[in-house]
Amino acid sequence: MAERTFLDSTELVLNMGPQHPSTHGVLRVILKLDGEKIIGTDCVIGYLHRGVEKIAEHRTYAMFAPYVDRMDYVAAVSNGLGYCLAVEKLLNIEAPPRAQVTRVILTELNRIASHLLWLGTHALDIGATTPLFYTMREREEILKIFENYCGARLTTHAFRIGGLQYELYEGFEEETLKFCDWVLPRIDEYEELLTTNRIWVDRLKGVGILNAEDCKAYGVTGPVLRAAGVEWDLRRMQPYSGYEQYDFRIPTGQNGDTYDRYLVRMEEMRQSVRIIRQAVERLEPGPIMAKVPKVIKPPAGEVYVSIEAPKGELGYFIVSDGSTQPYRVRVRPPSFVNLQALDKMCRGSLVADIVAIIGTIDIVLGEVDR
Amino acid sequence: MKKFLRTIFLVDLIQGLWLTFRYQHPKNIYTEEYPAQRPKVAERYRGAPRLNTNPDTGETLCIACNLCALACPEHLIVVTSERNEQTKRKELTTFTYDTSRCMFCGLCEDACPVDALELTQDFELATYTREGQIWDRKMLEEGPRPTKYKF
Repeated sequence: MAERTFLDSTELVLNMGPQHPSTHGVLRVILKLDGEKIIGTDCVIGYLHRGVEKIAEHRTYAMFAPYVDRMDYVAAVSNGLGYCLAVEKLLNIEAPPRAQVTRVILTELNRIASHLLWLGTHALDIGATTPLFYTMREREEILKIFENYCGARLTTHAFRIGGLQYELYEGFEEETLKFCDWVLPRIDEYEELLTTNRIWVDRLKGVGILNAEDCKAYGVTGPVLRAAGVEWDLRRMQPYSGYEQYDFRIPTGQNGDTYDRYLVRMEEMRQSVRIIRQAVERLEPGPIMAKVPKVIKPPAGEVYVSIEAPKGELGYFIVSDGSTQPYRVRVRPPSFVNLQALDKMCRGSLVADIVAIIGTIDIVLGEVDR
Repeated sequence: MKKFLRTIFLVDLIQGLWLTFRYQHPKNIYTEEYPAQRPKVAERYRGAPRLNTNPDTGETLCIACNLCALACPEHLIVVTSERNEQTKRKELTTFTYDTSRCMFCGLCEDACPVDALELTQDFELATYTREGQIWDRKMLEEGPRPTKYKF
């Protein structure tokens, strides 16, 4: 296996994972090394494959909704929203305004929760243990809101096709606004801990650069694309659930390195807080469920709906043959597509940087393998 | 010059250390001592299933309509019934619920037309055997018995 490349140095093939704690799950990366330098990587995925797309073919439309939460379990609410929107488009119905506003609030809360978990684990990978405890504390408050609203913390199953199952609980608005006021100074605290910290800057600046052309070529979306300077956010470009009515900024970076991706995500959390505040003001009494037939039997046809999940573009392609079960459900997960750029990002960098690069793509293996 | 001084005196590191030091205060402790202090879960929490009975007569509320079994994505509910010859009504005989395969999505609860099947706030579902995870009608009606610990 080993080939001679340079005098007495030899190429070394090293397995990283699937049990490596910094691969955020069960990702196996085969590294080809020349000393400390990475000259090639190969990702082996599928250790968490559960055949979610195949399961969909044997479930009715309503029955499949809980399964989508189990793909990106860090952002289960966003997954549920994407699926519900896709089936709603297939049925040609629209959720009532109150349901749409509630969906916006919950998905934005989920975006903050996902970014908080990313920040904690990413910092932990790089060697800063402290932020993990703080981010988990803030995430706990979001999960408490989810638990009070729909009865589950992680795999929420919060939305139903056509609207919502549960009416908002008493005190939801106050609790959400209180959280918004509380989390902003906390985000500043993380920045105080990390943004200027010398170790953090040295480990992140100029690491894993992916420029805008490469991002587009690989189909990379989400914060990774925005950090490369492309202002692309599906909430603005293809608004869904009434996102066109909200005022928010799309943060972008310039260099497309790991440090810029960190800054973009921090700013995204602040923008999410802004959206939540506007959405809470928009909450008006009204129905929460559209007129949905008891047995969901969409007409034959196909539909593709994509939303901006915390990790990038999350798309659902559903083919209906006119029966109660989908003929085919194809999921376009952001993590899976973004992971393909790993090789490009870490060629030429050092072994220690690959941990930072895997962390910065923000992958969830449940979504990569499905 | 300012940047140079910041580097010399490690201002950025000391800032971070001061922030973590501030959290040493005992009022910032978040630890929950689990079996001694049990968390209060939300009212809508989807935990252990329960089959409700009429509190006055003790009769089950379930009308054996089988809608929960049809709604379940994992097909883990089995309802059997027999027709009562005198009243001409379906009566529930057995009700099996396999909690080991349950993902607590709440679809069965939503489907129940008489609010007989409900997901409750109990969350301690561990057993020593796989068979213990399959709950029969008696267990569903009485609910699990949480372990009492002495401290």
